[in-house]
Amino acid sequence: MNKTELAEYLKTLGFECEIREGRQFTEAAISPSGLHDLALKLKEDERLCFDFLVCITGMDYMTDFGAIYHLRSTKYSHEIVIKVRTSDRQNPEFDSVTDIWKSADFLEREVYDLLGIRFTNHPDLRRLFLNDSWGFPLRKDYVDDSEIATS
Amino acid sequence: MTSEPWWKIFYDFTPFTKSIDEGLRSSMSPFWAVTTEMVIVGILFLLFYAVVGLFLVYWERKVCAFIQNRLGPNRIGPYGIFQTVADLIKLLFKELIPIKNADSFLFNLAPYIVIIVNFMVLGAIPFGKGLHAIDFNIGIFYVIAVSSMSVIGVLLAGWSSNSKYSLIGAMRSGAMIVSYELSLGLALITMVILAGSMQLSVIVEAQRTGWFIFKGHIPAFIAFIIYIISGTAETNRGPFDLAEAESELTAGYHTEYSGMKFAFFYLAEFINMFIVASIASTIFLGGWMPLHIGSWEGFNKIMDIIPPFIWYLGKTFFIIYLIMLLKWTFPRLRIDQLLTLEWKYLLPINLVNVLIMAFLVLMGWHF
Amino acid sequence: MEEQVLNTAINEDEPYLINMGPQHPSTHGVLRLVVSLKGETVKNVVPHIGYIHRGIEKMCESLTYPQIIHLTDRMDYLSAHINNEAVCLNVEKALEIEIPERVKVIRTIMAELTRIQSHQLFWASYGMDLGGQTCYFYGLRDREKVLDIFEETTGGRMIVSYSCPGGLMYDIHPNFQKRVNDFIKYFRSILWEYDAILTGNVIFRERTIGIGKLSLEDAVSYGVTGPSGRASGFSCDIRKHDPYSAYDRVKFNEVLFTEGDTYHRYLARIEEMKESMNIIEQLIDNIPEGPYTVKMKPVLKLPEGEYFQKVETARGELDVFIVSDGNKYPFRMKFRSPNFVNLGVLNHISKEFKIADLVAIAGSLDFVIPDIDR
Repeated sequence: MNKTELAEYLKTLGFECEIREGRQFTEAAISPSGLHDLALKLKEDERLCFDFLVCITGMDYMTDFGAIYHLRSTKYSHEIVIKVRTSDRQNPEFDSVTDIWKSADFLEREVYDLLGIRFTNHPDLRRLFLNDSWGFPLRKDYVDDSEIATS
Repeated sequence: MTSEPWWKIFYDFTPFTKSIDEGLRSSMSPFWAVTTEMVIVGILFLLFYAVVGLFLVYWERKVCAFIQNRLGPNRIGPYGIFQTVADLIKLLFKELIPIKNADSFLFNLAPYIVIIVNFMVLGAIPFGKGLHAIDFNIGIFYVIAVSSMSVIGVLLAGWSSNSKYSLIGAMRSGAMIVSYELSLGLALITMVILAGSMQLSVIVEAQRTGWFIFKGHIPAFIAFIIYIISGTAETNRGPFDLAEAESELTAGYHTEYSGMKFAFFYLAEFINMFIVASIASTIFLGGWMPLHIGSWEGFNKIMDIIPPFIWYLGKTFFIIYLIMLLKWTFPRLRIDQLLTLEWKYLLPINLVNVLIMAFLVLMGWHF
Repeated sequence: MEEQVLNTAINEDEPYLINMGPQHPSTHGVLRLVVSLKGETVKNVVPHIGYIHRGIEKMCESLTYPQIIHLTDRMDYLSAHINNEAVCLNVEKALEIEIPERVKVIRTIMAELTRIQSHQLFWASYGMDLGGQTCYFYGLRDREKVLDIFEETTGGRMIVSYSCPGGLMYDIHPNFQKRVNDFIKYFRSILWEYDAILTGNVIFRERTIGIGKLSLEDAVSYGVTGPSGRASGFSCDIRKHDPYSAYDRVKFNEVLFTEGDTYHRYLARIEEMKESMNIIEQLIDNIPEGPYTVKMKPVLKLPEGEYFQKVETARGELDVFIVSDGNKYPFRMKFRSPNFVNLGVLNHISKEFKIADLVAIAGSLDFVIPDIDR
């Protein structure tokens, strides 16, 4: 399916998400509560079959936290982007998709490590690159005078 | 004795050693004479050990460089022959790092066990005519029994280092040596059947009319190949170097050793290889006996021009070269494959081989 | 003293934990694997990474796009050119710049040379992982020839930094075509040695066939791309599915196997070297004339939006994801590095194999640690 067909088809599935055609991909923005259901549907649906989670990008939008999921179907080679945002800056949490795509294990840990976004139901959510006492460096409000040289 | 020209000594050392013995015995009591002889032999072996060890290390580097499109050591001395001497000096000056929580007594003891075992085996090897420290009538039996003791040193080293890598390496080494000892022994027993004696001097003498590898045709050849395989395994060399598998266990049982103690293990590995090769050359290729073919008098005469100990060294180094080629060509085996090879292939083949050899000797079908 | 030794003894049911790395000969860098053993059998592998985490994604947020190119070299240093290319393609796509044909062709040739030298190093170090140290020198001998070509044209041997947004840093060296042709001829004539010393070796085949099997479903689910994924039948070659640069004008086969064991992961790389040589041969003699770069503005400001570019590095799919807020710095820069995702599968496929197999499996996934850590 191409971008337009994909967007049309997604609208018929009846998820509460905002679907738009981006420059490159069809993009679906969904609330954190609906993320896991949508992900499961995208994987299981016969005509979509998004079986390959390409990457998860953790985002800090200054006001919100978000995650961007790039999915691809190895069967139909179409691609989709799911975006999820939360305005809870103190305790950002999304549902884990490790039970759907196994590659999410490491990708979610990376997002947690660098942005401090927690993933519920993740089997082993530990820091990956940095030690436990380190802050979350990819946050926009991260300050580290000793490690980062500012001009 | 004096009527002989001086260079005759290279063909037969017996008169020379005998004259020393007689001279000593005439000037002191038999006890002191034997003691002095032992000290002389001990010093000679120490020298020999160091020279052969250093030379083998250098040679291995050259061989592997040759295989790997490299030049190898070429800076110190002509063709880099003094490279290993320089390395030795470096190792002598290196700090012996004490290991925390290691069992220091056993830790320090282990390299010496390996070295002592090496010396004990060297004593039984005939290097040339009359160059033989002790000529037991059970020479082969002694060699097999003593050489397998080196595993104690390896196990101790692995256990006392208090390192997990070392322990795994030691356990591998233990499993390996215990199993390959069997084929090693059986391969030698095959040849003992052919020779009819366990005494190494008798075995060499029996090859005056032809080396055993030719005399015992097919079974002897099979035994030779099995011996080389299990001998390589016995010395922990590639492709059987699981005990010190570099890419898995960093350095296996001697991971924690440093400086001279490490050098002892390193040297012992090379001397072990030398011992395995010299036993192979003694049993299969006639030891110091020149290449003789049955009753071809002229041919045998020409071959006799080359002194026996040159023959011996030539054969030994040829076999060492074979073992080195094996190491630098093959990837390493896995522990279960190693044991499968021994218990499922080498051992049954060996047992059948012993039977065939016994039958051959019984029927008198050998040459 | 004895007491301490006894106290550290291991109980029967306690896992025997071994720390492979961060300094270990077979982890090819500072990867640390905590391995639970029972005897020699691997029960669990937990990778600990981050020993050379440099925060490249964070650094990108305060660097301009032409500067970022030089950071990407340092991720997967064996696919340095392909990493450069990925960022360049993404920036060019965002700025809607039309790239001269000459640049596309040269980039493709350089990328394939990069792939060849990377696989040569894989072959070399894989032999060494399995204990055949001679392979290392054979592999490096041939790799040196590729690096010499790189050096002549780009000035760098490994870290080439040859692409830049809008084209190339400099034109190719006049000798380039001749040397590449010579290399292809030489390498074709010598490739049989690789098979003779490793592929056909009995011990090597015993060590690798049937070890570390990865099924197609798992390969997709774990996102294992590159030759490792294709050995399992996962058709994931970006060059084929979503051609960039000049891949749409060359004919080549996607190397696919179905077995998915260590041996076929190895074989996929050997076959890929041959395919890469095919690609280069089709392009090298007809590099179009023209400028080697287009004139760019001194300060590149990407329009607001999200830009995604995927390329095929020597180890799998590298994705560059730029979120721009219209500034000269990216708002967020994300690299989906193939090694990082491939590392996730290690525990799954090495369970219940021997510790020596773990080395073989980890070697066949061909990790480059700086790419994992970034």
